[in-house]
Amino acid sequence: MIWADQIVQGIFLGGYYALIACGLSFMFGVLRIINLAHGSIAVLSAYLVWMLADRWNVSPFLALVAIVPAMAAAGWLLQRTVLERSLRSGALTPLLSTFGLAVMLDNLLFEKFGADTRSLAPNIGDLAFNSWTVGGGVTIGQLALLTFGVALALLGGLQLFLNRTPLGRAIRATAEDADTAELVGIDSRRVYAAAAAIAIATVAIAGTFLGMRATFDPYTGPAQLIFAFEAIVIGGTGSLWGTLIGGIVLGVAQNLGSQVSPRGFLIAGHAVFFVVLAARFVLAGRDPRTLFGALRRAPI
Amino acid sequence: MSGGPGIVVQRWSPLSIGAMSCLGALLVLLAFGPFYLGPYLTDRLTTLLIYVIMAAMWNALAGYGGLVSVGQQAFFGLGAYAAIRLSHAGLEAYLALILAPLLVGLVSVPLSTFALRLQGGEFAIGMWVFAELAHLLVNLDGLVQGETGTSLIALSAFAPDTRRALNYWLALAVMTVLVAAVFLLLRSRVGASIQAIRDNQEAAASVGVRVMATKCLIFVLAAVGCAAAGALTLATLISFQPKTYFSVQWTAYMIFMTLVGGLGTFEGPVLGAVIFFAIETFFGGSGVWYLVGLGACALLFSLFLPRGIWGALRDRFGIALMPVGYRLQFRPRAGKAAT
Repeated sequence: MIWADQIVQGIFLGGYYALIACGLSFMFGVLRIINLAHGSIAVLSAYLVWMLADRWNVSPFLALVAIVPAMAAAGWLLQRTVLERSLRSGALTPLLSTFGLAVMLDNLLFEKFGADTRSLAPNIGDLAFNSWTVGGGVTIGQLALLTFGVALALLGGLQLFLNRTPLGRAIRATAEDADTAELVGIDSRRVYAAAAAIAIATVAIAGTFLGMRATFDPYTGPAQLIFAFEAIVIGGTGSLWGTLIGGIVLGVAQNLGSQVSPRGFLIAGHAVFFVVLAARFVLAGRDPRTLFGALRRAPI
Repeated sequence: MSGGPGIVVQRWSPLSIGAMSCLGALLVLLAFGPFYLGPYLTDRLTTLLIYVIMAAMWNALAGYGGLVSVGQQAFFGLGAYAAIRLSHAGLEAYLALILAPLLVGLVSVPLSTFALRLQGGEFAIGMWVFAELAHLLVNLDGLVQGETGTSLIALSAFAPDTRRALNYWLALAVMTVLVAAVFLLLRSRVGASIQAIRDNQEAAASVGVRVMATKCLIFVLAAVGCAAAGALTLATLISFQPKTYFSVQWTAYMIFMTLVGGLGTFEGPVLGAVIFFAIETFFGGSGVWYLVGLGACALLFSLFLPRGIWGALRDRFGIALMPVGYRLQFRPRAGKAAT
């Protein structure tokens, strides 16, 4: 049955959305920054992995071993050079600086790689298209399952890391109240930089999966930012797991929409975003702070 | 007005009175533009006027209202689309171009009650999602023919010279009306309210500022202004491709102009529009590097000169050509200005 298959594919697509949303949600939860360059950084990572994979004919997974630490370092640098400084001049400045960064990154990628679409799919062999047939017309792609598994592992790992490790505790404390955290000996600048490094490292992983499951070009970034944001807001239950649920709702809605009309994929996704938003406004009454408390509290 | 002992609260200064007089004279001079400028300059100036509108609107929203939106291209695109729809319904072309922004303004009222409950970055991307959705929905309209687009055919009934002059006058009139509206609004009670909300929404509400109504006013004004810019762009280009009009590039331009000129200053965005116009004229042909440069400028200005060029000048010299704030003047000697 086509509908059952579409729903299953939508759930797996949701795994990808959760993966791409992970870093955005983490950065917002800790640094209170919505990084508008999020999608562009994911695409940048995909290009870096593609460069390594293409030039030395290595597996993208192997390339990730080099790219994840590199992007983590970039995240550290991003926090120290751009985000820290913009946060000092007000809550709105990070939006402007990260938007400028996104415009710059997208066009630099275009300058370097041109308008051709790329994909990492040729570099992963059979994994790109192998699938199992479950029955009832439902198939499960191996890559889709892997993506979903990685999303689960990353979300779970981050949750554990925040709950159980000293750095995780320091991050939660700093996110709650940086000044008080300083009083008990936490170096909030270092903690923020570490959090940014972790966030951007997850973006590198997400970007690689973007490259393996689909094609990308220099201007793919903004769409990824929007999907990630929608997943977070739809999920909005105040934890990283909410992001997973949000991603799944978004993925299922898009796949069902695409069954109605070829243009229905994106329209249904955006529509479900606005419907959830409206429902939450109605349910939460007039206090706007409780509405997006979910997003503000994520991932803690 | 008088303040405490030894202090005079002023709005106007000899400098700003002089500047406003010069501005009036300039407007009169500009009004006769098509008679002495020639076709090329008339077209270029029309573009500059549209940029001034966009920068002023984004600044009103973000610089004074504290509402950073990455989705103003929604109104830009809807303005052009509404003009095409109205013209198709039988309205005279220029009447359609004038009414379209007002129609978009009407649409933005229900949207505002929704969007304005989003805070900070949520509002910024939420508006972007709205722009994407608006783009997709406009594509569904058979009249637009998807990304192929359509044209405001009724405009071809005008001779090129007539159309050029009409576009110019329309742009000049719309720019004057919108900038004057922002000016008067900021000088009124609303201006103080909106800036109080920008600085601290809860505190503003606690002293009796009507938060939602005030934000709604500025949101709708910015929507109308961006829609007018879209409709005017349609008047100059005639063709309408949804992809072009709903591109986030328009908002990137607005952000660039406002940041470079001076976010939250009245004169800044006008200066930013002139700078952007000059950069575009000289470097627009260099393609991607030009866009890289715009992004880099936005990044650097937001980091190192968040009040832009005009803001830096104002802080240094205390000048205000178009005063929307007040100045404290100490009686014994000419003191520093505060706005």
